This record gives sequence, structure tokens and C-alpha cells, in this order.
Amino acid sequence: MNLTKIRKDVAVVGAGMTVFARRLQETGKEMSWEAAKMALDEAGLTLKDIDAVILGSAPDAFDGVHKKGDWLLDGAGGTNKPFMRVYTGGGTAVFAPIAGWWHVASGMFKRVLVVCEEKMSSVQPHAQSAFAHIWDPILDRPLKPNLVWIFAMEMQRYMHKYNVRYEDIALVAVKNKRNAVGHPCAQLADPNITLDDVINSEPMALPVRRLDISPPSDGASAIVLVSEDVAYEHTDTPVWIDGVGWCIDTTMWTNRDLAFPKFVARAAKMAYEMAGIKNPRKEIDFAEPYDPFDYKELQHLEGLLLADPGEAAIMTREGKTQRDGEFPVCPSGGLLGVGNPIAATLGIKIGEVYWQLARKAGPRQVKKDVRTGVTQAWGDLMQFSAVIVMRRR
Amino acid sequence: MSKSQKFGPPLNPRGRRLEAKELESITHVRAKTPAKYAWAAGTAMSRFLEELKNGKIIGRKCARCNRVLVPPRMFCERCFAPTTEWVYLPGTGVVETFSISYIDTNANRIKEPILVGTIAFDGAPPHCGIMHYFGEVKPEELKIGMPVEPVWKPKEERVGSVLDIKYFRPRQK
Ligand SMILES: [Zn+2]
Repeated sequence: MNLTKIRKDVAVVGAGMTVFARRLQETGKEMSWEAAKMALDEAGLTLKDIDAVILGSAPDAFDGVHKKGDWLLDGAGGTNKPFMRVYTGGGTAVFAPIAGWWHVASGMFKRVLVVCEEKMSSVQPHAQSAFAHIWDPILDRPLKPNLVWIFAMEMQRYMHKYNVRYEDIALVAVKNKRNAVGHPCAQLADPNITLDDVINSEPMALPVRRLDISPPSDGASAIVLVSEDVAYEHTDTPVWIDGVGWCIDTTMWTNRDLAFPKFVARAAKMAYEMAGIKNPRKEIDFAEPYDPFDYKELQHLEGLLLADPGEAAIMTREGKTQRDGEFPVCPSGGLLGVGNPIAATLGIKIGEVYWQLARKAGPRQVKKDVRTGVTQAWGDLMQFSAVIVMRRR
Repeated sequence: MSKSQKFGPPLNPRGRRLEAKELESITHVRAKTPAKYAWAAGTAMSRFLEELKNGKIIGRKCARCNRVLVPPRMFCERCFAPTTEWVYLPGTGVVETFSISYIDTNANRIKEPILVGTIAFDGAPPHCGIMHYFGEVKPEELKIGMPVEPVWKPKEERVGSVLDIKYFRPRQK
């Protein structure tokens, strides 16, 4: 693998996102258009300036339309351009930007638009009905599983192996729903939420309770990526993608110890090596890991080698991961607070890292001076991860 | 082209939120997508299902890495080599992990929780097994590492399905 000699450095120069909500009136195409237009506006570009378009969107089953790439094409701005759709489940939020990155890093394209969309409200009565189609039809489906089950099992295994207390995990939900108060797109921001609210929320699939989970949402997000050759034409504050990594483990999830996400660590090591990071704990200032469940933030921090196994829970308890703490985590409010339109969480992952490093995060701006951030997303059947390291130079 | 604006986060993000009751107004078009499937069980899994009918759980051994793959596969995804041997397992194992579920497959709330988890089989590598239900155990007694055994349906009721096992219960013997 060549992780050192990339042809072109790639910068983010604009980002946009719609509100996240349980239901939006807009169609997937309309949402994609809104997000793409905002990102172009922030970058000071029009669609004419864009050389290629990447679309990210999760299961077709949400829409009941089995060709979501061209279904959303017009809204994403891909018409009459080199265009591709990528999909790695929840991992799409960070993997679609990586696909955009290689289009630019290769030297082929100077300006690329990456649009991620998800409309989870179409499927009735609940997105769960679509999730039923991700299970193995022979071994798993006869048991009539609910997707929450596998996360509950993973959380149970994580708590057991590393002796993690539920109360410390629940603090992540409190932190992120409070952080989301500063986010204009947020679906579940709550300035008054307490640890007791989470602990006493209805049991779903124990140990998972209702407030441990991010909500299904509609939404779209977009970023503009440009080559080093033109970055400063567009902004004085480009934010550079200095490392990317991705990795997937076997789909045979009942053949893995679910306590530690090795595939996250592999993806992180790849991204760190490319970014020249030797000691991630010292060299990275804050993180936006994927937090569809509160325990996932902790497990992902550990997979990202920013904490030892089990240690992320202690960092949370000690307040280190608060927005004004020594290592801010999910200053956006995350999926738990802003919402979880699967692929479209791009706007609160790489989008937030961009806004934070460009010092444009407004009320969400972390207190300390941040120069290096990492973001990560996770998907498919608890097996895939994408990681991006970004810097302000 | 002009240099990017100073505004950062989506200050005035667009998108109109809809209430659930607006689903009934002209904001939506409703339809069903009927589709039925017959999935091939495959070389390895067909044999696995056949042996479930006989009350046996089987795996498939990779001669290169010595793993016994359960559920069985005709190739080892790590060595990328064919597996070479069928292995009969005792069927017993330990609780690898579990959940006490108060929601069913469609996210409806249920009163009596479903006890579900994964079983790591004896005779297979660590953490290797299948997902299934647990029974004859109180939710609060279910623990990771607890030895369990399968409870089979009566032979005449077995059809070659993972449901030929009713559930796994704490090991009696
Ligand atoms: Zn092997």
C-alpha cells in the first residue's frame, strides 16, 4: 500500500446540510439539491465549476426504489458529469468523502462535489421494516430479528469484557444531546436532559434503552473538495484531508468478538500513517466518531486508538470529552443529538470537523485551539469503518 | 468564482419538518412493493440445515488455519482456500453475548421479553457460533459465559431450519 506519495493534496472548502427531522416534506432529490447548493455557495462555486460528483446513500429499501444513484442524480448535481454512487451502510457518511478524495488526489479532477442523502421516513410503518432486509435469510431471518438486537449484543459484550458501567455509557447520550443545542439542524437537542432521563428511558433491547439510540431521520449533506492547485482561489481557510483509511471485517458477525472493533483500528492506522501521525492521543485535538448509539462513541474512540479499551468511559465520566474538555468528542451533537439520516450524517462528521478547523462552528466552536481533527463512520453489518484525519495548516 | 463566504455552519438550513398526521394529507403517495424470494441455501448451508433435522450442529474445517467454521462455509475467507472436512460439534457452548428485548422485529413493544444472543460453540474457535434464543432461564440469570445446550423440537417437527432448535438453555448435565 502506498500511503505516502499521493499526487495531490485535497482540501474541503465548503459544506452544507439540511435540517434533520423524522419527516421532511422535501423529496430525496430536493434535499440533495438544498445541501449541494449550500456547499457550493459556501465555497463560492457554481455547478459549472465542478468536475465530478459523488453520491452517498444507504439501503435502497428505505426508498423502495432500487437504483438510488440515478434516482437522486439530478438533485446531487451529477447530470452530464462523471458520477458515482458509493454505499457502505452507515460508513457512507465518511466513505463517500473518501471516494471524493481519491478522485481529486489522483490528479484527475480539481473540484469534486460529494452529496449524501437519506430519507428514512418513506418506509412504513418504520425504518425497521427495511432493516429486516439486511439479515442473512437462512440463519438470521427465521429468528425474526430486530436490528437493535445486534447492537445490544455488541454493547453487552463491550461492557462485559472491559468492565464498563452503563451509567458512564449513558453520559455520552447526555453530552451529545446537550451539544446539539447549538446546532441549527438538530432533531433531538435537549438542553435539560439528565443522566436519570437516559437510565430511566424505556427498555428497547437491554442493555439498550430508548435514549441510548439516535433517531431515524430525513436529511442531506454535502461538501466540496478541491485540489491543492486551486484551494486558495476559493478560501483563505482550506481544511486539508491529510489521511484516509477504511477497512471491513467479515459479515459472519457471530464469528467475531464484538467487544473491540479491530476494523476501526486498521482503518485508523492507515489514516494516521498517511497523515504522519505517530501518537494519535498527542497529535489529534478532537474527534467526531460515529455515535448512532452512545456506547459506539466509546468503542470508536478506543478503535481510533484515542483511548485504551474501556478507558473512553472513564474519560467521559471525568468530563474530558465535553466540548470544553481536554479532548472534545462529538462537538456537533452527533447522531444522538442532531439525528441519524444514515449517509447524510456526513454533515455532522466530516462537515463538523471542517467547520471546527475553519473556526466557523459558531456556538459549537470548541474552546481550545484545534488544528487536527479525526472523524470516523461505521456501517454495513457492524463490520466497516472509514476514517479521515483533517488539519488546518 | 468568488472566495468562500465567512458564514460557516448551516445558519439557515432548509427543509420543512412534517408531523405524522401530515402523512394522511396530500404530502405523500402510498404503495406496496410486493416481491417474494427463494434464496439458495448453498452447498455448505444446505448440509448444515439437513443436519439440524438430525439434531446435529456441524462445522467445516480449514486445514490451513485449523479453524472449524460455524456456520460452515466451503471456503475459508482468511486463507482463501477450500475447507476440507465436516466436523460434528457437541452442540453445547457458552453465552457469548445476549440481549433482553422488549421490542419485536417491527419495533413493536412487547411485555414478555425475548431472550436472544449468540452462542460460542464448544469445539469451535473462541467467539464462533450462531445467533439464537435462550429459554428456561430468567432474564436476570442470563450471563455471558454461562454454559448452554440446545433444546430441539421433536424430530417429526423439524424441517431443516435454524428454528429446529427451539432455544438454548442453561446446561443440565
Ligand atoms: Zn483458514
